[in-house]
Amino acid sequence: MKTLRKQADILIIGGGAAGCYAAITLSEKYPGMSVLLADKANIKRSGCLAAGVNALNAYITPGHSPMDYVRYAEKDAEGIVRGDLLLSIAQGLNRVTEKMEKLGLVILKNPDGSYAARGGRNIKINGENIKPLLAEAVNRARNVEVMNHLNIVGYLQEEDGTVIGAWGIDVKQELLCFLTARSVICATGGAAGIYLPNHPGTSRHKMWYSPFNTGAGYAMGLLAGAEMTTFEMRFIALRCKDTIAPTGTLAQGIGAAQINARGEEYQAAYGNTTSERLHAVVSENLAGRGPCCLKTTGITEAEEESLEKAYLNMSPAQTMRWRETRLGPSQQDVEIEGTEPYIVGGHTASGYWVNDERGTTLRGLFAAGDVAGGAPQKYVTGAFVEGEIAAEAAAEFARHRDDPFLPQETMEKIVQWTEHFLNQTKDGNSVYDTDALEDAMQQTMDEYAGGIRTGYRYTEAQLAQAEKHIERIAGLSESLHADDFYGLMKIFELRERLVVAQALIAHLRARKETRWHSFAENLDYPEKDAAYEKYINSRLEDGNVKILCRPIVKAGSDTA
Amino acid sequence: MSIFIEREKCVGCGRCAEVCPGNLLILRDGRAQIRDVRDCWGCTACVKECPREAIFYYLAADLGGAGGRLYARDTQDSLNWVMKWPDGSEDSILVNKKKANEY
Repeated sequence: MKTLRKQADILIIGGGAAGCYAAITLSEKYPGMSVLLADKANIKRSGCLAAGVNALNAYITPGHSPMDYVRYAEKDAEGIVRGDLLLSIAQGLNRVTEKMEKLGLVILKNPDGSYAARGGRNIKINGENIKPLLAEAVNRARNVEVMNHLNIVGYLQEEDGTVIGAWGIDVKQELLCFLTARSVICATGGAAGIYLPNHPGTSRHKMWYSPFNTGAGYAMGLLAGAEMTTFEMRFIALRCKDTIAPTGTLAQGIGAAQINARGEEYQAAYGNTTSERLHAVVSENLAGRGPCCLKTTGITEAEEESLEKAYLNMSPAQTMRWRETRLGPSQQDVEIEGTEPYIVGGHTASGYWVNDERGTTLRGLFAAGDVAGGAPQKYVTGAFVEGEIAAEAAAEFARHRDDPFLPQETMEKIVQWTEHFLNQTKDGNSVYDTDALEDAMQQTMDEYAGGIRTGYRYTEAQLAQAEKHIERIAGLSESLHADDFYGLMKIFELRERLVVAQALIAHLRARKETRWHSFAENLDYPEKDAAYEKYINSRLEDGNVKILCRPIVKAGSDTA
Repeated sequence: MSIFIEREKCVGCGRCAEVCPGNLLILRDGRAQIRDVRDCWGCTACVKECPREAIFYYLAADLGGAGGRLYARDTQDSLNWVMKWPDGSEDSILVNKKKANEY
């Protein structure tokens, strides 16, 4: 097996919104530092913004303050947020937005030159090319070396746990790479593909979140001993049926209300948090009043035309669907459905437990974006701010460190372990392939850990079953066989998801209440319980998930 | 949900394989090919990247698809989305890159 060894001052893992912004920050403020950015695909279109993004959902509009944003996110998550992290994000939202405009992002303006708002916290953009714009800026940076198609698999650590780099596989060049650095920023995104998706067959990857975001950062962190928070606050997106296209454009953009099959507007009866809006649809369907739709019939031709373009800029399937059926939104209401659950830190609050500098509990490791926990509703601009904060903290840390030493023996062990998947034959004890085990994992989570099949509900007895099955499947994954490096990547992705699933089940079991409908609907404890006004955190110890509870951290005084 | 590569139009430039966020596109015998259509997210990065309009995007049957094809012509200032229908007719929607979404 061919290997490659590289050293830099700072290593960034993942070139999505947070990772690219961290790289841009380092290039502007620390041009003397060498930076490696590893991405599993190509930063031009990798991560969850591959197709584009419709709006910037986190912006402090005129008349609002950063604290207003904190309070909104706090309320939406029923208090389980890190106020300190949210405030630091909110304070940077407008700064990073202006920066993006300088990089070329088109933002809709009012006649007076201010940004045109969509509701209280959103601004309107043309976000189709947001990733190419970020990639151009990163590629211009002289001190940043981008390593595309390099899928990072694990951290490299010193004896005391300090993170000194990471290793991974270059899928195109078929290389095993060892990257060391004085500090490391993890920006790998969240986890999709843990649960059985809406369309498990031909369209198994037609999902809300990027199917290529497999929870690698969570899994690497857990395996390295890092503390994670709030995995149990799952995110389930309310989307246009089948196309899994965004609904916000219709609900907020043109004010379309949710209606059931009887034409009744039902949402007010359920509340208006993100989880309640989803729960409303789930409940109406269970009560036999589905299918549910966003009421769009009667919109003008001009509105329909604008919607078609807006969807082409982020989710072309929806425009295709309207044109293909010859039934546009002006003639037919848009049916909606919930997706399978995901684990993310940008919409909900799952991820690394970090301090205000985005330092994780592992020395030398920082986290930003969807992989960092505690700060829901951060969205794209919040991920930028976190990338900026993490970059500055990582640079400061790196300034006081020497180049780390990586023992030859460590590399040899990793080579051997990686090779065993290539050397194993398909017969004998490995009758299963990666797809088969992925199916098994997703079906387990669907049935026993609150997937689509059970209306996102679960019981303790079901979670106990889920735990057993995930342990069994993880054991089987040891014997998987890969023909090439792409096959290796698939094995590693599955194993990452299994680690995330294991931690997720423990988190769901630990929160013995129902604080968020659908996101964590525990049928044994159907009510909210004040005793659970705390964070559920976890660490892996000897392969077992250890749960820790921590008290709520509020934002500082109102700075507005 | 997936894309389809029209092999006769493909010139083997490899740009699609470079940008696919899932590393799903590879060059075989000088032409692009997708490893497994089931693994496509439908992001259309490759559709926009292809200089020969050799890749189209379609709605899979389980997503309500009816055989239409979606192509993109990417120029400096606009993206022209062209939809070709099974009866031979075409629709096109021109999106100005300098114009923000109204919703």
